[in-house]
Amino acid sequence: MTETIPVTDSHGTVPVADPSQPLVQVRDLEVGFQTQNGLVKAVRGVSFEIYPGETVAIVGESGSGKSTTATALMKLLPGNGDITGGEVLVEGTNIVDHNEKQMAAIRGGVIGYVPQDPMSNLNPVWSVGFQVREAIRANGVATSKKDIEARAVEVLQQAGLGDAERRMKQFPHQFSGGMRQRVLIGIGLGADPKLLIADEPTSALDVTVQKVILDHIESLTRDKGTAVLLITHDLGLAAERASKVIVMNQGRIVEAGPSKDLLSNPQHPYTQRLIAAAPSLASRRLESSIAGESQDAKTFDVAQMAEQRAEAVDADAPAVISVRDLTKVFSIRKGGFRSEPFTAVDKISFDIPKGTTLALVGESGSGKSTAAKMILGLEEPTSGEITVGGTAMTGVSRKDLFNLRSRMQPVFQDPYSSLDPQRSIASSIAEPMRVHKTGDKEARRARVLELLEQVSLPAELFNRYPNELSGGQRQRVAIARALALKPDVVVLDEAVSALDVLVQAQILQLLADLQAELGLTYLFITHDLAVVRVIADNVAVMERGKIVESGTTDQIFENAREPYTQRLLDAIPGAGLEWTV
Amino acid sequence: MTLYVVKRLLQAIPVFFGTTFLIYFMVFSMPGDPVLALFGDRTPNPAVLEAVREQYNLDQPFIVQYFMYIKDFLTGNMGVTFSGQTVNDVFARAFPVTLQLVTIAVVAEFLLAVGFGLLSGLRKGKFADHASLLMALVLNSIPPFVALFLAQYFIGIKLGWAPVTVGANVSWGSLLLPGLTIALTIYVVGMRLMRGSVIEAREGDYVRTAYAKGLTSKRVTPVHVARNSLIPVITNTAASFGALIAGTTVTEGIFNIPGIGKVLYDAILRGENATVVSFVTILTVMYIIVNILVDLLYAVLDPRIRYV
Amino acid sequence: MSDRNAHYVAPVDETQPGAVDQVNLSARKSNMWIDAWRDLRKRPLFYVALVISAIILIMALFPSWFTDADPGRGDLSLSNAPAEPGHPLGYTLQGYDIWARIVYGAETSLTVGLLTVLITGVIGVPMGAIAGYYGGWVDSLLSRIGDIFFSIPYFLAAVVVMSVLSDYRNPLVISFAIGGFAWASLARIVRAEVLRNKNLEYVMASEAVGRSRGSTLLKHVLPNSMGPVIVALTLSLGAAITAEATLSLLGIGLNGYYSWGNDIAQAQTVLRTNPGALFWPSLALTLTVLAFTFLGELIRDALDPKARARR
Repeated sequence: MTETIPVTDSHGTVPVADPSQPLVQVRDLEVGFQTQNGLVKAVRGVSFEIYPGETVAIVGESGSGKSTTATALMKLLPGNGDITGGEVLVEGTNIVDHNEKQMAAIRGGVIGYVPQDPMSNLNPVWSVGFQVREAIRANGVATSKKDIEARAVEVLQQAGLGDAERRMKQFPHQFSGGMRQRVLIGIGLGADPKLLIADEPTSALDVTVQKVILDHIESLTRDKGTAVLLITHDLGLAAERASKVIVMNQGRIVEAGPSKDLLSNPQHPYTQRLIAAAPSLASRRLESSIAGESQDAKTFDVAQMAEQRAEAVDADAPAVISVRDLTKVFSIRKGGFRSEPFTAVDKISFDIPKGTTLALVGESGSGKSTAAKMILGLEEPTSGEITVGGTAMTGVSRKDLFNLRSRMQPVFQDPYSSLDPQRSIASSIAEPMRVHKTGDKEARRARVLELLEQVSLPAELFNRYPNELSGGQRQRVAIARALALKPDVVVLDEAVSALDVLVQAQILQLLADLQAELGLTYLFITHDLAVVRVIADNVAVMERGKIVESGTTDQIFENAREPYTQRLLDAIPGAGLEWTV
Repeated sequence: MTLYVVKRLLQAIPVFFGTTFLIYFMVFSMPGDPVLALFGDRTPNPAVLEAVREQYNLDQPFIVQYFMYIKDFLTGNMGVTFSGQTVNDVFARAFPVTLQLVTIAVVAEFLLAVGFGLLSGLRKGKFADHASLLMALVLNSIPPFVALFLAQYFIGIKLGWAPVTVGANVSWGSLLLPGLTIALTIYVVGMRLMRGSVIEAREGDYVRTAYAKGLTSKRVTPVHVARNSLIPVITNTAASFGALIAGTTVTEGIFNIPGIGKVLYDAILRGENATVVSFVTILTVMYIIVNILVDLLYAVLDPRIRYV
Repeated sequence: MSDRNAHYVAPVDETQPGAVDQVNLSARKSNMWIDAWRDLRKRPLFYVALVISAIILIMALFPSWFTDADPGRGDLSLSNAPAEPGHPLGYTLQGYDIWARIVYGAETSLTVGLLTVLITGVIGVPMGAIAGYYGGWVDSLLSRIGDIFFSIPYFLAAVVVMSVLSDYRNPLVISFAIGGFAWASLARIVRAEVLRNKNLEYVMASEAVGRSRGSTLLKHVLPNSMGPVIVALTLSLGAAITAEATLSLLGIGLNGYYSWGNDIAQAQTVLRTNPGALFWPSLALTLTVLAFTFLGELIRDALDPKARARR
């Protein structure tokens, strides 16, 4: 791939703010990493341009090279990485051979940077003000102590940090994630750069905060005419925020073009797959009824899944699990010996009819995971009742509770900790059977093989260890383990949240297939309303321990009554997309 | 911060009583007449025997004995040694010497740890890294008294660069050899902390962000790498200060340095167990106090603890 | 600038997307122990440490394979005599064969080392594991007890015990004197490891299945916390051997056993005239400690993927 996307011949000196001249030109960029297995090329022949004031998004899954490309533009690659080929022209000058001093002049002043994880990107031992002032001083925006201070306050206020003067004296750990990200945005924009690189700036934040932060970046950069390079895994978000989208896979650009064009007319099979698999786009596609047929067999179309589900649902099925007035009160230590009660879950009630999926939706701290733990018997409820298949879980003997547990199994969020790393795959899957003493060794072995097949994993994995598997494959093993005792209910606690888009779609498909085949009932705990549309029949929205709204998925998505639900819906990336086919 | 200090001090109270009780218990619950045991193999001088019986209130029930002992300890009435001097006097004379020795060792340890840790961390995976780690580990594996004998033999006797023993005329110079030798056998811990945090800091997100602001390494290295890396090294050094004060017995014995360790060394060799117990208790309490100071120092250095 | 907004598509045949999340069956078998072993096997120092440890072990079990001399026979006519055939390291002040005493001292050192490790582990692992796993008041209680033992430097505690118990200077007592206090730092390590592991999702999954808490601790949490425990115990083997030698040097160590520490203490007086008497047992002691320290350090490195990446 040698041609750049727009063919220009603008070398050398370029008038700084000329909107017709590219601000950044990347040509045939190659980035290699020195590893134990030799040089690994993470970026191969990437070319694109960013013009003054425009927003460009690079979209890709993990390992696609999107973040590496972004850090290469600032020459901030990790120690073992290096630009091994190509050119990066910033305002017409190739920076590939720039020394540290030359780069320092570009960083901050010409190219600002907002990193992904607000928790680890501020130095914990310096005050926030110190770190903002440092950025301002380095770029010569202000020189006198007073001016620097004034500019720092201004920058933080612009970034949306109320009470900036007081908060500058505080340290990063005294800030919430969203507040830290505002500080980082303030630092990134502190010297009025011409380009802001935002590397997944919100993926570590709560959904509603995500939207606020992205809106803020958008309005700030629009006002100042700053160009933005947005790195994201979410095609919906990219299309919504950027005028131009670049799709990367395995270190290469597979497709690039104006957002609307790319979304409505994807040419490359990889882009087509991404669009079909993105839950955020699925809800938009459902509304404009363009689910259609998937273009190739390998594509999992999540919108299609949702439509099939809507047809199959049996609304009159009996409730497998009922929850009445479930409450959990923790006592929170308040320094010293004082403690105060904190109601994590506040009188929630719901029923899940057999063979259906209820999505329990909420942001962090809403109490949804505590609710899941109580239902799984991992946390003692303070009050309220849980009934499984007509049997109450509270006030029963240990033995009855033990038996009840086999009817309800969990799949958790983090694929990297959901399996005991020292146990073989077979041993993990067979564990519920061993604990409940079902079958002899032979029978258990046969069942494990059957389960591996059900979750579409090869039988050869029997004696393997979790280390050898990808995140998606580990989640499959976790699902197999959950199914080992043929439970009625599977509690899926953010079970697909940590997965890449395509893998996520695959697992969602697997869950849907298993539900249809085995008549499973799902309690699906998530923060991601977009996924809910794809998988759930009914939705309950939790906020601060209470269920604020519940209904069928269609009711919630088309007719949300509560402003909180509406805010969550608005926060789905791509919700604001004007999109026609 | 105040809350943290109060909490840490409150925590120390049960530890103080626990440790002193344990030491007391070990001595007085052992088989045989505890007072005779306190004299080891020696035949007690009747006057001293009487003093010891009184010191430990042996006519009282065990728990009362303990609390009276603690009362004496806290009011600075620590009894007498076998030579008839008060423990207080002996301590007052010996402690400054030990402090001098430990200061040399700790300063040297800190410099070695920071120097080699920085070198190792910045040259990660290269020859200098492997070589300096290996050297520190080998030095660390030499039992301290062996290292001291080696230093004494080669540098003191063979080369004659330093006095073989220190004796009564203590000077900073005469303590240099034993102090440095001790530092060499312990600096690996601090060095590894330094190395680890240098590597972590260099690859850390906030360091990258600092560069992204437009800072040069001239500023990033001291302000963002070294400042963060030094926290664990400084607290480790402070902690080894406590451990060394408690552990100079062998050093001071071999080099004949008239510090607390030597008092203990002599008492052990002569079987003067009452003196051993008194000084072990003093050293343990000092160790506890230094550990409290280390935790407070940590809080001063790390705002995450200072402002909760 | 019309093609600024061009729609670019990469040649599909060059950038064909692969199957989603395909299982790589050719991947090497891998878990913590397999990876650690694979790493250890590649490090020459590991073999050096292993060979030294093996020699010391064989010496301890079969001393007569190494020397015909009697370590208990002191011949004053041979006082400080130089080396001769069959007696490669010469004689001590009391006319003992230095080499023979080193060979027979191995058993003592190793016995004390292993017993101490055993005592440290038997007390430290359950204390730390129970405190970490059950939390709450159990943790407070056990951790405070641990704090007390931790706050007496274990060498000083051993000095007190050995001073008072002058009639019982045998390997078992000395091991208790050291291990009876050294367990506290091990308990801290175990507690921290258990705390790290107990909130992982596989532990929740195990409890959600109905496995009891105690069984989950034994079957899942503890095995995954063993890495640092093994490292700490290997390192404490060397530390215990040093402690025994140091106590013996002070004359409150073993009585009636061949001990390198005792021999070094005896040789102190003739440092100027017969340095070999001090040097050789010191070398034996140092090599032993070195071997165990390196084993511990190499295992630590091998078990930690982060440390592996840092090389």
